[in-house]
Amino acid sequence: MAEAEGDLLTVAPAPHLRSRESVPRLMRRVLEALTPASAFAVYLFGWRALMLMGVAVASAVGSEAVYQRLVRRPVTVGDLSAAVTGLLLALNLPGGAPWWLAAVGSAFAIVVAKQLFGGLGRNFINPALAARAFLLASWPVEMTSFLSPFDGVTRATPLAVLLPGGQPPAGLKPTYLELFLGTTAGCLGETSDLLLLAGAAYLIWRRAIDWRIPAAFMGSLGFLAWAAGGPRPFSGDLLYHLLAGGATLGAFYMATDYVTAPITPAGRVIAGAGAGVVTFVIRTLGAYPEGVAYGILTMNVATPLLERLTVPPPLGGGRGGGRGSRRGGGV
Amino acid sequence: MRLPAQKHLTLGRPLEEAPDPGRVAILLRQHPGPPCRALVHEGDDVLLGQKVGEPESALAAPVHASVSGRVEAVEPWPHPDGGEALAVVIASDGLDRRCPGLEPAPDPLSLPPAELVSRIREAGIVGMGGAGFPTSAKLDLPAGARIDAYLLNGAECEPYLTSDHRLLVERAGTVVRGFLALMRAVGAPRGLVALERGRHGAAEALRAAIEAEPALSDPQSRGAAPHIEVVLLPERYPWGSERHLIRGLLGRTVPSGCFPVHVGVLVSNVATAAAVAEALYLGLPLIRRAVTVSGPGVARPSNLWARIGTPAEVLIEHCGGYSAPPARLILGGPMMGRAQPTARVPITKTTSGVLVFTAAEDGREPPPSPCIRCGRCVGACPMGLLPGVLAELAERGLLEEADRWHLRDCVECGCCAYVCPAGRPLVQAIRLAKAELAGAGEAVGPRSEPAPAATAGAAGTGTDVAEVKGGRASGGTGAAPGRQGGG
Repeated sequence: MAEAEGDLLTVAPAPHLRSRESVPRLMRRVLEALTPASAFAVYLFGWRALMLMGVAVASAVGSEAVYQRLVRRPVTVGDLSAAVTGLLLALNLPGGAPWWLAAVGSAFAIVVAKQLFGGLGRNFINPALAARAFLLASWPVEMTSFLSPFDGVTRATPLAVLLPGGQPPAGLKPTYLELFLGTTAGCLGETSDLLLLAGAAYLIWRRAIDWRIPAAFMGSLGFLAWAAGGPRPFSGDLLYHLLAGGATLGAFYMATDYVTAPITPAGRVIAGAGAGVVTFVIRTLGAYPEGVAYGILTMNVATPLLERLTVPPPLGGGRGGGRGSRRGGGV
Repeated sequence: MRLPAQKHLTLGRPLEEAPDPGRVAILLRQHPGPPCRALVHEGDDVLLGQKVGEPESALAAPVHASVSGRVEAVEPWPHPDGGEALAVVIASDGLDRRCPGLEPAPDPLSLPPAELVSRIREAGIVGMGGAGFPTSAKLDLPAGARIDAYLLNGAECEPYLTSDHRLLVERAGTVVRGFLALMRAVGAPRGLVALERGRHGAAEALRAAIEAEPALSDPQSRGAAPHIEVVLLPERYPWGSERHLIRGLLGRTVPSGCFPVHVGVLVSNVATAAAVAEALYLGLPLIRRAVTVSGPGVARPSNLWARIGTPAEVLIEHCGGYSAPPARLILGGPMMGRAQPTARVPITKTTSGVLVFTAAEDGREPPPSPCIRCGRCVGACPMGLLPGVLAELAERGLLEEADRWHLRDCVECGCCAYVCPAGRPLVQAIRLAKAELAGAGEAVGPRSEPAPAATAGAAGTGTDVAEVKGGRASGGTGAAPGRQGGG
């Protein structure tokens, strides 16, 4: 059926219009949103921060390219997802981390947590957080070499000084303003809630992330911190818990990772809330000062189940009551 | 969701009579059922409006000569649904010699409903909003069904298309009369015409026509006067979907697997109503329709009154030809229409638009990348489904599972594929799965409609899910997911 006039017509299925959104664009948005907080990290912690970020991103992109070459798959680093993973990993590292920690962590994130499971879209846990957990378990000292901002002296983080039960101590406690602006010790990306929130607002406005997840996360963490985090019920310091540590980074940038969050709106709310619960439990009852990473990882693993339980009924109710299958299946 | 409407190209262009096409190819299948049986042979002389194809199923409608002249052949021609199909090719003599016996009814609104339905059937009228379901079959209600509201769909929510709009602005009276006849045929007391907001002139013209229509104000017309109102909708796609219209305007939900008739409603397109009026008041069977010829690739986008069977290239020629080398030719709208491999394809009763895209618009489709589970498709789906999941299941051949995740509720509107950042062919995968499930012998809805009190399903596979062509005609890397393994 060649065209008489010699023009070739594309025959492709409908729809013939597409929105301008693409995966690299989405990833670029995340990178843009993280830029203020990353720049601030360099300001606080000096060139080490920049070095760590550079190494992490380079290692992530590099290991993805090398791996894909080795297994003879097309190299997809152009979609920028590896770069995002690398940057997020760097933001999860303490200022005093050695360069090889960033390199190994990124490689683990990309090769083990992402590529070995099938690459983009197929990983079941957040690669950056998986790497963080791996590094923390393997090199606990290096992973907790937090620096004070500006002076480079190692100091404990705001969460490390929490008393059992979750209450911050009276004397040592950083002020809320310090927590919000980020002039406290912590991981590179944990400190400045202000800039993280600004970036997150941009992402929500651009619909790059679903607001339900951070809302549910902060909501449940805040509620529990208030209800159970103080000497008496409902006297806890909820602001402290929301501003300190990696809650903001985790809620807005890690829990919202597309691949590992449920695809259904209700599922996302549950995932966010669940992550908040686990975070609080670990912070107050567990051995680690910070539980955000594990909270999110726990919910990552629950994602397929949450999706199945929260299938929305279609317009028309669906046949047989409107629920998706609960058995088998490859999803 | 909001789509770039692009209607400004033709919104204000009045309907022009397309010139004599020289030759028309009347496809014998312009409906979901099996093709008609040809009644004429090569060499026969035919007259305007003469029946040239006899339906052989309740899901089929007769086809008529849209010009007078000589039958050149009964041969395969490109079909908009893909592939080729038999068509009666007539060389026009340009005289429009009318077939005798095509008489208008003296007072159509006083005819008994059964007679109205029979005239509509003989006129070959089908749903002109795209599905092509024979209107007479739709009006033939299952036993015990009653229609208390008839909706007329003037939403025309697809970008670029303005033919229904022009019909309303210029021929509102015709539309209203046709609508009244449809309402009468099923005894519906109440009619609602749905229009999208912001279409200047359509609502006003319609309201004026309703005021002026005697049957609507005359209390003697068989019991209580029927009553028609105009309802305005927000400019969103796909408001033209009948389930959403029914839900939005009447608050009733059509259950999955059921059809509007089951909730006491029928929905027809504005153009269908106009065709009904032409059949009843002018005695003309369905031989012409309003078509929007538009798109960046057309020199002078216009709205045309075109004869059924006119090749698309003739219409484009009349609109000044191509403004740039064409890259994609679509029959229908850009969201649900079919891309054609050739401009020889003739328009059918359901062709509401002929769109030409150039390389600039066409090159926007990146090769698909893996699903990143961003969930945009879930947010976009007007039926509340999980398109990404369904497409994934479809690609892996897990059809039973897909069925459990409500695959059959998909109306194929294209919203999911539109928003997908990975450029995944979601609608295509879902349609393939639906077709395979249908191949197993079951009727697949909601695009196909119930057979009135007759056997359903058997003829169903002739529907528009039949042929799916992926990839580029130029032979490059295809966009079809097929079974090449997802991810």
